[in-house]
Amino acid sequence: MEKLKKLSGLLEKSMNVIFTVCGFLAVAFVLVITIFLVVSGTPAIGEIGLTNFLFGTKWASTAATPSYGILPFILTSVYGTFGAILIGVPLGILCAVFLAKIVGKRTSSLVSGAVSLMSGIPSVVYGLVGMIIIVPAVREFFGLPDGANLFSAILVLAIMILPSVISVSETAIRAVPKEYEEASLALGATKTETIFKVTLPAAKSGILASVVLGIGRAIGEAMAVMMVAGNVANMPGLFKSVRFLTTAVASEMSYSSGLQRQALFSVALVLFVFILGINLVLNLIVKKNRK
Amino acid sequence: MMKTTKILGSVMIVAVLAMGAMTGCGDNSQKTVSTDGSTSMEKVIGYLSEAYMENHSDVKVTYNPTGSGAGIQAVQEGRCDIGLASRNLKDDEKADLNETVVAIDGIAVIVNSENPVADLTVEQIAKVYTGEITNWQEVGGEDAPIVCIGREAASGTRDGFESITGTADKCKYAQELTSTGDVVQTVSSNPNAIGYASLASVSDKVQTISVEGVMPTEETILSGNYKIQRNFILVTKKDKELTGSAKDFFDFCMSSEADEYITKAGAVPVAK
Repeated sequence: MEKLKKLSGLLEKSMNVIFTVCGFLAVAFVLVITIFLVVSGTPAIGEIGLTNFLFGTKWASTAATPSYGILPFILTSVYGTFGAILIGVPLGILCAVFLAKIVGKRTSSLVSGAVSLMSGIPSVVYGLVGMIIIVPAVREFFGLPDGANLFSAILVLAIMILPSVISVSETAIRAVPKEYEEASLALGATKTETIFKVTLPAAKSGILASVVLGIGRAIGEAMAVMMVAGNVANMPGLFKSVRFLTTAVASEMSYSSGLQRQALFSVALVLFVFILGINLVLNLIVKKNRK
Repeated sequence: MMKTTKILGSVMIVAVLAMGAMTGCGDNSQKTVSTDGSTSMEKVIGYLSEAYMENHSDVKVTYNPTGSGAGIQAVQEGRCDIGLASRNLKDDEKADLNETVVAIDGIAVIVNSENPVADLTVEQIAKVYTGEITNWQEVGGEDAPIVCIGREAASGTRDGFESITGTADKCKYAQELTSTGDVVQTVSSNPNAIGYASLASVSDKVQTISVEGVMPTEETILSGNYKIQRNFILVTKKDKELTGSAKDFFDFCMSSEADEYITKAGAVPVAK
């Protein structure tokens, strides 16, 4: 008996150690990645010059006299993300309202299932569908010579952020106390008025969190965007072929060398800083929510 | 408790990192053949070295993708056994180096299968890609804008295409795609598109056009009649003969056995 107790105590202890190690491993990975990016990303910025790098409008990494300005990438990522939010968020919120307030349980769970399935689709599939359906459709619809442009990328991104926007907003909307809505309805407001004037404002911060989550997803997407955006380092325009921060790294990294390679690490560092900022905002919102 | 777990954790991380670092070094008793140079030749040399190493498990063929110029320099300085270049040697380089053509890279120019244009000159192609010609009408097609599809800046095919047509750094692309497959797919779905790809990767989905009246085939590339092509050469030192496994690998590359792998890699093997 004594022996058994000792053995189980030992097991307890060793499991404890394993749990702790796994816990710290996650922290270690984040730290290693951060340090790696900062260490490998800063030399090129130093060599090119911070203003030349961030605000230079010309990227020609393999030219005889190379220039490394990433403003086109930054603006493209910002515009692309903004456009995706502009289309995806209203759609997502209305869908969340539909799920939480309009339909019965059975239909709701069916649609929810489809939404979560959507978030599981690999991004390369989104890209493929975009490349074969959206790009030619955009070309024909707007009468353009070519359909691979910022607009197509925005459409694909808008669809890709839908799952996170819908599921987080839905949870927020469901969390609104029933009494609020009942009071509104009792005062003679219609269902639509109640949804837009009572439920959604009450679920505001949860919905905001879903938007920030969507931004994070959109700005970090590489594969799908690479297949529909055209990837030319132009300053962004709605119907111009553009290159995002993510695709800039992905498309050149495999063959790059020297300063070009270092500059790509710097691009990744800039992207990392963006995502860090977005996560910080998300944390703030979630914290405020809890209060 | 906390302290021990922390120490244990850091030991584990260090161990993992160290293992990662060590995988780079193999058995020191292995013989190595070092190659260095053209990024365009990555696939050719990849297929060749893989095939060679399968039969010679004691030899390791390394490849350092630095670019043709850097590869030639590396041979001159004796930093590698065989240099790889996707251009012919210049006269001053020929003073102390030998060049041996191992394969020829043919780049096909492709358009959508609905496009009536079937032939362009090198000059016309250059003008199309630099934006001087922007409508298919100017080269005998329909009244429609030309959409230039190309590869990403670091691509060997792009480097080859631009250097042969004399359009390096001057091309105005509508799309820069990261694989040959994407180029073919995009050209097949856009009636106004023009693109380029390694001859071996072109499928029936698109129409290959002739350049100055010559269709790219193995024969026209070998005879030099097809213009958009360049040599893949192996560079060796004149005053230092290759020995041992380096010589053996070189001979394998030049043998008829290698043809199959060169074709697989998308290039045309030279007549033996």
